[in-house]
Amino acid sequence: MRAFRAVMAGAVAAAVTVAAGCGGGAETTTPRSRPLQVGLVYDIGGRGDRSYNDAAAAGVDEAKRNLTGLRVREVEAAQGEPAGRKVERVRALAEAGYDPIIAVGYSYAPALASIAPRFPRTRFAIVDEPTVSGPNITNLLFASEQGSFLMGAAAAMRSRTGDVGFVGGNRSPLVRKFEVGYVQGVKHVKPRARIRIAYLADPHDLSGFDRPDKACKTARRMYRAGADVVYQVAGASGAGVFRAADQADAWAIGVDYDQAKSADPAVRHVILTSMIKRIDVAVYDYLAGVADHTVTSGRIVYDLKRGGVDYSLTGGHIADLHPRLERLKQEIIHGRLKVSPG
Amino acid sequence: MNGFVDRLLGRVRLGGWLAVAAPVIAVAFAVLITSVVLLIAGSDPVEAFTTLADYGTQPRSMAMILNTGVMYYISALAVAVGFRMNLFNIGVDGQYRLAAVVAAGLGGAAVVPGVLNIVLVVVVAVIVGALWAAIAGLLRVYRGVSEVISTIMLNAIATGLGSWLVSEHFGVLTGNDLGTRPIPDDAHMPGIPLIAGTPVLVNGFIVVAVVLGVAYWVVLNRTRFGFELRATGKSESAAVASGVSVKKMIVVTMVMSGAVAGLIGMPELLGASYKYSNNFPAGLGFTGIAIALLGRNNPVGMAVGALLWSFLDNSSNQLQLLDISKEIVQIMQGVVVLSVIIAYELVHRYRIVAEQRRVSRELAAPQEAPKAGAAA
Repeated sequence: MRAFRAVMAGAVAAAVTVAAGCGGGAETTTPRSRPLQVGLVYDIGGRGDRSYNDAAAAGVDEAKRNLTGLRVREVEAAQGEPAGRKVERVRALAEAGYDPIIAVGYSYAPALASIAPRFPRTRFAIVDEPTVSGPNITNLLFASEQGSFLMGAAAAMRSRTGDVGFVGGNRSPLVRKFEVGYVQGVKHVKPRARIRIAYLADPHDLSGFDRPDKACKTARRMYRAGADVVYQVAGASGAGVFRAADQADAWAIGVDYDQAKSADPAVRHVILTSMIKRIDVAVYDYLAGVADHTVTSGRIVYDLKRGGVDYSLTGGHIADLHPRLERLKQEIIHGRLKVSPG
Repeated sequence: MNGFVDRLLGRVRLGGWLAVAAPVIAVAFAVLITSVVLLIAGSDPVEAFTTLADYGTQPRSMAMILNTGVMYYISALAVAVGFRMNLFNIGVDGQYRLAAVVAAGLGGAAVVPGVLNIVLVVVVAVIVGALWAAIAGLLRVYRGVSEVISTIMLNAIATGLGSWLVSEHFGVLTGNDLGTRPIPDDAHMPGIPLIAGTPVLVNGFIVVAVVLGVAYWVVLNRTRFGFELRATGKSESAAVASGVSVKKMIVVTMVMSGAVAGLIGMPELLGASYKYSNNFPAGLGFTGIAIALLGRNNPVGMAVGALLWSFLDNSSNQLQLLDISKEIVQIMQGVVVLSVIIAYELVHRYRIVAEQRRVSRELAAPQEAPKAGAAA
């Protein structure tokens, strides 16, 4: 938990400097004395999904502990609901006086686009969606390609066979960004390495994030064909990749969380490292910014520099690679090494 | 003799006050159960129901409820067409989604201008829905595959086919959302300012839904085809004996059910989202099954059911503002369907018992008459 706060403190400082640096963003704060009434709208799954939504919830919970007088109202989405229901959800919160309102997930983009202009004094934030914009909208984005680049580098360094894999939940733009970064990382370390890429489902099919059996078969095929490290970006399906790695006595790489701590204990030993996406940090930062009137509208990219993406060292499997990875990380942070988001 | 399934699917009629008693009992029962659940969950049922009533009576929410209800109603009609013939078209879900993808792709390409584009989109959706359903009908007729199994499997195939079409052929990326090209402004279905006091327009497809509801009733009850359909549903052997080609009926009914299913996505596509993307509503076909059961395949009953369902779904946001979990809505919906089934079954049994008493009284009466004559 201490590390969490440390990252956060750094991140908050970075947010403040960036806020001062980008003069284009409109100042949307209005001084107020009453406590913050935060509205949080979740995507499908809601609090307790052990993934995306939970990461946002963790940021809010941390803010509740640290920021005084914060009151939070959380509203969840239903499976397969029409887009109009999301609009109504955001509208209901804005109408009830909640400010700021944080939308978790890109499916809220149309809702923010239609509601934010009608409530100009309410501040909105959306996670993982760059396109919707307005003077009162903040986009909390992640440079997942940077984190994935380091995963690719780590995989290439650890691989004996020069053959690595990638398993994505579905072929959506969000997941493609991970693949693109990973491939660049592998090629950077071993230009001639072989990279096997597989997706469990097509873009509109979310089932790929909940098919550990299919993920296991896919990864097993990769390991049998000669791959010895596989990076999974597949939500709950990831467990299948870990199982396959365990059976093949090879490595796997986790995503979003430090999965060497959260995965099934029986397979934790195969997790080389995990690419961590700090949605919690982004949400906390945003709330802290709202509380001290420093929040700005527009895009804020949580990258390696800001601690928004990172990798884990749990298990000590990459202790020997750590210095080299840190050098790469610093090169990316200082802009000497560019990672394309695809 | 009428079986439970006949009564469940509304093929047995209730007359007079009994027809009113059943839904009233059902609603009372549903309110009771929901209150108990709310109490167990630590919420105040009175507060919850006041919020619901409050929400349901605002002009804005009424328009929203009608808009969602239109889709639910069309879905229920699609399911009901099959139900009346003992065909369980579980594939309405896949049929409407595939129809919407193809129609959205064509509509976005804007091959024809304006109103013609609306017509094209709707016609294409109807054709795709019908063809997709026809597969299950043909499998049933020529290979004896149960339509329950085949339609469930076709749903999964429709999901895959739909996302392949979007990603490989029609897809345009906006931010992280991959969808079809938006249908141009001139081909949007105009809304109707049906409810006073709110700027929210009611989806123009409400007219289509009403026409479909009337057509459903007329075709089933006033045409030879409708008679044959109902006859086949009640007894296949009797239908065959009276010269009905059951095979033809199965295929035609599946095609009709699929054609109506093709329309389910149209209110959203032409009146709200104008494209098919990750945000397109899913699972409406299954909602339709529940509403068809709730409305007992009766066009008016299903309309009431669709509005009730839509009201509950739409109020979930408001309930969550009260700290009531959104799952309570699903509990309410489930309880309503079960109570309707149970209430109707109870009323039917009551009627049967009452009938038997009446008959036995009538049978007993003339026996006593000669006795009285003998004594005299």
